[in-house]
Amino acid sequence: MSAPTAPVRVFIPVDAAALSVGAEAVAQAVSREAAARGITIDLVRNGSRGMLWLEPLVEVETPQGRIAYGPVAARDVAGLVDAGLVQGGEHPLRLGLVDDLDWMKRQQRLTFARTGVIDPLSLSDYRAHDGLAGLKAALALTGAEIVEIVRASGLRGRGGAGFPTGIKWKTVHDARADQKYIVCNADEGDSGTFADRMLFEGDPFLTIEGMVIAAIAVGATRGYIYLRSEYPHAYRTMQRAILKAEQAGILGDSVLGSAHAFHLEVRLGAGAYICGEETSLLESLEGKRGVVRAKPPIPALKGLFGQPTIVNNVLSFAAVPWILQHGAQVYADFGVGRSRGTLPVQLGGNVRRGGLIELAFGISLREIIEDLGGGTLSGRPIRAVQVGGPLGAYLTAAQLNVAMDYEALAAIKGMLGHGGIVVFDDSVDMAQQARFAFAFCAKESCGKCTPCRIGATRGVETMDKIIAGTERPKNLAILRDLSKLMTDASLCAMGGLTPNPVLSALDHFPEDFDRPAGPAKNWPLAAE
Amino acid sequence: MAGYRMWDDDGARQIVGGLAHLEGATLPILHALQGEFGYVDAKAVPLIADALNLSRAEVHGTISFYHDFKTAPPVGRVVKLCRAEACQALGCETLVAQLERDHGIRVDGQSATDAVAVETVYCLGNCALGPSALVDGALIGRVDAQRLAELCGLVSAAQ
Ligand SMILES: Cc1cc2nc3c(=O)[nH]c(=O)nc-3n(C[C@H](O)[C@H](O)[C@H](O)COP(=O)(O)O)c2cc1C
Ligand code: SF4
Ligand code: FES
Ligand code: FES
Repeated sequence: MSAPTAPVRVFIPVDAAALSVGAEAVAQAVSREAAARGITIDLVRNGSRGMLWLEPLVEVETPQGRIAYGPVAARDVAGLVDAGLVQGGEHPLRLGLVDDLDWMKRQQRLTFARTGVIDPLSLSDYRAHDGLAGLKAALALTGAEIVEIVRASGLRGRGGAGFPTGIKWKTVHDARADQKYIVCNADEGDSGTFADRMLFEGDPFLTIEGMVIAAIAVGATRGYIYLRSEYPHAYRTMQRAILKAEQAGILGDSVLGSAHAFHLEVRLGAGAYICGEETSLLESLEGKRGVVRAKPPIPALKGLFGQPTIVNNVLSFAAVPWILQHGAQVYADFGVGRSRGTLPVQLGGNVRRGGLIELAFGISLREIIEDLGGGTLSGRPIRAVQVGGPLGAYLTAAQLNVAMDYEALAAIKGMLGHGGIVVFDDSVDMAQQARFAFAFCAKESCGKCTPCRIGATRGVETMDKIIAGTERPKNLAILRDLSKLMTDASLCAMGGLTPNPVLSALDHFPEDFDRPAGPAKNWPLAAE
Repeated sequence: MAGYRMWDDDGARQIVGGLAHLEGATLPILHALQGEFGYVDAKAVPLIADALNLSRAEVHGTISFYHDFKTAPPVGRVVKLCRAEACQALGCETLVAQLERDHGIRVDGQSATDAVAVETVYCLGNCALGPSALVDGALIGRVDAQRLAELCGLVSAAQ
């Protein structure tokens, strides 16, 4: 056998989800077993492709393309190497060419085009895969032109509220101030979501590039990424990426040799869900308690330290380089109605094949959960699906034909949120889920307004009575009153949307609120 | 655990001084102190207040708002167990109940042992591979009762 001229590239993710099921041990075993056989390999630690049920996924570069094996356990590795891993040899774990896998073929990966493909911290990989093309295009335009392209793309904020990004940018562009800020919301607190994390760990330069474009567009010179502390891996990767971007002149006093300066720092949150709400986030960045601010003034006019500030979600910034490179219309050609472009969907909970799927808006929930996800992990029937995080409604199995777009979901009182889908099988107790929604709100409320602070605690008590079978009709009426009060009178969406999961559970699954009282379950208590 | 230094005022003052120039320096300072000492001692409050020209009440208010910041040194290992919806769908509440029944360990509460504290977190971004836990910065997926007991140091790892 003749020795190959260049070492074969083998890819094993450093993505935290892959590490959570043993990718580090697999990487070590691959290095060790290859060395023991005198095979030289170039081991690249990439992000995840998002096929999380196949993690740890090992890929090898061959003349035909990248061949995948998964899920690989450390104990499989010796056998894999003997089977000719580095040539893409046959093995029971061999999945074939990554690009030919159904999960990958069905997607339109614009934002996640590089995640899982490149070495996350290699700027040369980044450049070789279209990185910085959007920024270079932006540098040839005026701020107003950039803002107009973003507006024309139809991009709406991916953090939850779906506000048109171009309009927000125009407000900051038009504001007059000596200092403007760009703030990236990477708090990603919604259960069932992990796209921001995967992007930071798999392609950190993309969000940096998007933020630099925003800075140039509106004339901001400083930026912050507010990242939740629950993401230590993403934090490390992003810190290193920022350092590299500074060394390469992408960040600093002169962005790629231009007259624009932009300085960027990543800051850690401290375990408060409410700090994902943009004004609470700004308070937190200023070093204060994360108490929500009343609006107006809007952050675009008076944001961080009272200055005009763009606050966008990670995925909103990350969509921008592609739009600048390819044009607003090409982006807007994806999607349906007023939901343009692509949405990185995150599929989790009790599902056989969970992970990240980036698709044009408009695919049905059923296709995602049943075709791509393969139904429940437990093999039991799907009973409920929560879309859009802890403030999103619970849908029934009969509602799964709804399309994944902002308006279609709103029409059935659902919410797209940050694109998270959590699947439950028929063992779920929806009265407990309703109770949890209140308990979560009680624990995570910023405490500023009464309907949320007191209402959530009252909600837990009321659910406890309903579950215990105490005066059910009366307490169900109290539950509805309370929900109405919270919806109408809360200052922010934390208190305002908590009734979503509660009432959807009650309306779609009334039988769970009418069960004979059983022994008390160990369920999270409201306040600490 | 995890090799934290004993609290010392000079060390703390140095950390505070090194970060005080940042815009909105309070959280970075609190994280740095906790990273070094495992918690934020009450003596940090005047140090931070002086360095950042804030009132002590403001600094104290910030510390007490966030779930992350601890005001007493950790005694044993800390296991952060996700109890948000996607992990609920895979039975994290059953794990919580089993932990108390089999080992006398109450999540977020007083336990039979000081060697480990199991704390609730809401989502670790591993919702497709739950139930999830975070231990010493390492993310663990597909946690079952056996694995949780291992993570808590209650049984040694099965081979
Ligand atoms: C309780 C609550 C939590 C939120 N959490 C997040 C979050 O984790 N990430 C995020 O991007 N937006 C979150 N938002 C939405 C933000 O307030 C804001 O709308 C968003 O950051 C704007 O960016 P976008 O337009 O790009 O979506 C949250 C809102 C509320 C009310
Ligand atoms: S609704 Fe809740 S979280 Fe929002 S401002 Fe009011 S108390 Fe704070
Ligand atoms: S007290 Fe805040 S809305 Fe009523
Ligand atoms: S809900 Fe547990 S990791 Fe996301």
